[in-house]
This record gives sequence, structure tokens and C-alpha cells, in this order.
Amino acid sequence: MRPLRKLLDKVEPHFEKGGRFESFQAIYEMLDTLFYSPPDVSRHAPHARDAIDLKRVMGLVVLGVLPCALFGMWNTGYQANLAIEQLGLPAPSDWRGALMAAMGIGHDPQSVGAATFYGLLYFVPIYAVTLAAGGVWEVLFAGIRNHEVNEGFFVTSILYALTLPATTPLWQVAIGISFGVVMAKEVFGGTGKNFMNPALAGRAFLYFAYPVEMSGESVWTPPIDVITGATPLAIGAESGTAGIVSQGVTWMDAFVGNIQGSLGETSAVACLLGGVFIVYTGVASWRIIAGVMLGMFATAMLLNAVGSDSNPMFAMPWYWHLVLGGFAFGMVFMATDPVSACITNPGRWVFGVLIGAITVVIRVVNIAFPEGIMLAILFANIFAPTIDHFVMRANVSRRLRRSA
Amino acid sequence: MSTATKRALLKPIVDDNPVTLHVLGICSALAVTTSLLPSLYMCVALTVVAALSNAAVSAIRHVLPSSIRIIVQMTIIASLVIVVDESLKAFAFETSRELSVFVGLIITNCIVLGRTESFASKNPVGLSFLDGIGNGLGYSTILILVATSRELLGAGTLLGYTIFPNAADGGWYKPNGMMLLPPSAFFVIGLIIWAVRTWKAEQVEKPEFRIHEVHRTEAL
Repeated sequence: MRPLRKLLDKVEPHFEKGGRFESFQAIYEMLDTLFYSPPDVSRHAPHARDAIDLKRVMGLVVLGVLPCALFGMWNTGYQANLAIEQLGLPAPSDWRGALMAAMGIGHDPQSVGAATFYGLLYFVPIYAVTLAAGGVWEVLFAGIRNHEVNEGFFVTSILYALTLPATTPLWQVAIGISFGVVMAKEVFGGTGKNFMNPALAGRAFLYFAYPVEMSGESVWTPPIDVITGATPLAIGAESGTAGIVSQGVTWMDAFVGNIQGSLGETSAVACLLGGVFIVYTGVASWRIIAGVMLGMFATAMLLNAVGSDSNPMFAMPWYWHLVLGGFAFGMVFMATDPVSACITNPGRWVFGVLIGAITVVIRVVNIAFPEGIMLAILFANIFAPTIDHFVMRANVSRRLRRSA
Repeated sequence: MSTATKRALLKPIVDDNPVTLHVLGICSALAVTTSLLPSLYMCVALTVVAALSNAAVSAIRHVLPSSIRIIVQMTIIASLVIVVDESLKAFAFETSRELSVFVGLIITNCIVLGRTESFASKNPVGLSFLDGIGNGLGYSTILILVATSRELLGAGTLLGYTIFPNAADGGWYKPNGMMLLPPSAFFVIGLIIWAVRTWKAEQVEKPEFRIHEVHRTEAL
């Protein structure tokens, strides 16, 4: 590593103020802090000493999301290979199929390696485009504003990529992340000043802009032209839990996640594993997660009790809500985003309950939208500062009463 | 042109734009801008109402008791709006149906009342008339920009003529459904305001407070 440090030190003067590449300071800074910890020290008291910094927080979230990513790759490939086998299709003729044929990897759905590799071939282009398109905006804004390019974008990019269907056209991927980064984050001043989750904002933009590719009506299993169908959640909107089970999807399938859906959000168990990790490391707030669960549970129970003759979603029990669609993923990774969520503890409970309740209401009552967690989180993001405001006012008046 | 006329006519287009600087008239800017043709009619309607109501209010400004001035101004504006609405129904029925209530809602458009109240009630008739035209033009500039981008990106057409051939009919362009929904007008207007304030930095408001921040390359 020593030569790298030497190289970085050698070129550093060019990037300092007045240097030749002054305007590229952000890029130098990004590379330097990617490999080495920043040299900053606090100059004034208090001198808190803690290993945690933005880079580590973001790194932990990326680690937490890894099970989802790995499982998602396997599942994408598995679903595709399964469809190919069941329908007796020839091996796909696109570049993925050609590459796999050249490497001698077949399309056997039982082979974990083949499925994961096939899924990887879907995930990597989407993730690469996300990183490239979003990264350009990040560096551009950081350069103009003399900010640092920071690791927050790693989290945004991987969360965004995992919420997308595997068959999303790559140009849509680029447009979505550009919208998320610029309109949900940079216009408000960059990392830490966004009031909405940029990954979700980008996903929501695609959802409204290109609904055909983005909602669960048409199936997301590649190769897209061959199979028609719907994700379990979309089936549920049509014919309820019984309809999902009659399609051969058991609760356990939905919990483990080998069902059709977006890249990385089908597996509730992988999300919960990641959730345990980021709660344990202190990055995510367990109160928000518990609040979402509570809100979802209470609303689902209430709607079960109300019942409906025409809408089978009313009868969907809470444990199905938990495992279908992006609920688990959104609850663990999106709702807990420390920037856009509430920052007071009672506020976090309210924030979580709001998300859980709205998710179920959108899923059940609004027939146009099969999935609700994304809109629920964005909605709650908007109210987070207001919730915090009232919590703080309540604190102030309680302390006033105490001292009066 | 004297400086006063020039100011009244041209300043509202960029420097003192009713939409991007004062953020007025947003409601109709969201509602009618899904396609360009109704927006053009809306621009004409608003410009006519703004100019004529400005002139009328200015003409009676010396005899108008200030305690009832708002009611009188509203009556004048409302009458003019009804005239415009009826004319649209007579000569452009299809478009007037598309515009539906939004022509009627010009009565409540803040730009019109804002100009009669802040300009026409203290300026001569001719100048007030020009100020109405100027503000109508300022509003129209933004409306046309928003409507053009929304119709072009949302449907691939302009004034109904195909510019980007639609993918559904064998072309290459996939319409962006978001642009046909009202929030997209917010985004487009926001981007226009951003662009204008980058170009004319004096329009940027002073921040109410600033979090002290020093970048580490600037410290010491």
C-alpha cells in the first residue's frame, strides 16, 4: 500500500487550492478517503474519539444489504432458469445466454452456481449504470460546490438497484437514479440535507413515468417476452391470499423469497438478517422497524375485521403482508435511513407506525397500486420534520411544567 | 419607448417574473400545461384579463374608496373573465372544454389581483395596461416552457403533431407518464426557477440562517 500513499501524496498539491486541477479536488478527495482514513482532527473541545464516521456507517449498510443482493441474484437467475425449464424453451439468445453458453454453464434451475451467475448478469449492468449515472451527478455537484464526494451514494445506488425489476431497460435505470440524486438530494444541498430518500425517489419516479415496466402487473422474470403473469402481490390484489397459494406460492416461499419480484426485495428472511445486522451495529433504529411492524399489524388486523365482499385484499393476514412485495426491504433499509427519518425516539415510533399503516391501506384499498411501501415511506419522509417538531414541543412543555 | 414603458412591459418577463420570482399563478400552471395548445389559449386569456383589468382599475383609481377597493377590483376582474370565457366558448369550443374551470379560475389568479392592487391603483391607465400585458407575457413565457417540455416528454408531440415517434406505434420514443401528472409541472417550474436564479443571482433570497460550515481544505 505504501506506493499508493506516495502516489497520492505526490499528486495532492495539484488538487489543493491554486493547484492545476483545483476544480477536481472532490475526485482526489474521494479516491484518497476511499483507501485511507481522512487526516482531519478536531481542533476545538470537545474532543470526542469514536471510530464511527460517515464512511463506516455507509459501509455497514452496504454489508447489511449484501444478503439481499446475493439472494436476489440467485433468485433472479433461478426464476429465469425455472421458467426456461418448465416451458421447455431454448437457451436465451441474448448476450447473457451467449456468454453462459460460451462458458459452458447451462440453465439448470437446480444449480445454484448457474442461477447466481445468470442473476449476476442481470444485476451487474443495472448496478453499473446506476453507479455511472448517479456518480456523474455526485461528482459534478461536489466539484461545483467544493463538497466531498461521500459514501452515501454507495448505499443509495445499491438500494436503488435492488428495488428495480431485473428487466428494467438500462436507460430507465439511468434516468431514475439521475432524478433521485439531483431532485431528491442535490437540489436541497447534498448528502445529509435531503428530506426524502433519494433511492426511493428515483424508484418512485420510474414507477410513475414508466408504469408498464415498473408495476407488478406484467411479470419481471427474464426473459420478459416469454412469460406473462403477475407478481404474487399483484395476484393477491386480484384474488387474495387464496389466489397466491393456488399459484403454488406458499407463505414459506414468500418468506424465503424464491418468488417473482424485483431484484433484491423478494426475500423477507434476507432483509430481516440484514436488519438484525444494521440494528446491532447501531446504524438503523429498531424503533422505526418496530413501528412499521406495529402499524402494519394493527392496520391489517383492522381491515381483516372490517372485511369486504368485493376486495379480497381485505382478508390478507398480516404475516402475508410482511413477506410479499417490498415490505421487508423497505422497512429495514429504506424507512431507517437516518437522514430522512425522524430523529427523536417517540417520533421514530410515530414515523414507523405511519409507514406501516399507510402501506397496508394503499395495498388493500387503492386498487390502482398493488404495492404501497414506497409511497408510504416517501409520504412519511415528508412528515418526519413535523413529527419531530411536535415531539420537541411536547418535551419543552413537559419540562416547563416540571420546573414551574 | 420611454424607460417607464419599457420597464412595465419587459421587466416581468425575466427580472420580475410573476411565476418564477413571485411564485404566483402556480395553480393554473400545473393544471393546464399537459399540452401546449390549451396553455396558449390560457396565456392569451390571462394576458387579456390582466391588461384590461389593470387599465380599468387604473381609470377609476382616484374615485375608488380604498375600503371597498378589493371588492370592486374583483368585480371588474370577474366580469372580464366571464367575457373571455364566453368568447372562448364561442370561438374555440373544444379547447375551452379542455380548459374547463381554469379560465373561470383566472378570477382567483393572484397575478391579476396582485397587479391591479400593487400597480394599477397607483399608475396611469396606459402604463397599467402595458404592465398587464408585460405580466401576461411573463406568465406566458413560463407556461409555454412548461407546456412544451411536458407535452414533448410526456406524449412525444407538440400542438398535437408528432415530434418523437411513439414506441407503441413503432417509433423509438417511450413517453414519460410522469410528465403528464401534475407533480411534473412542479419539477419543471422548480428547474426553471433554479436556472433563472443561477443566471440572475440577485433574485436569490438571503438565507434565513446558515449552518456554519468550513470545508477542511479552507480551514486553517
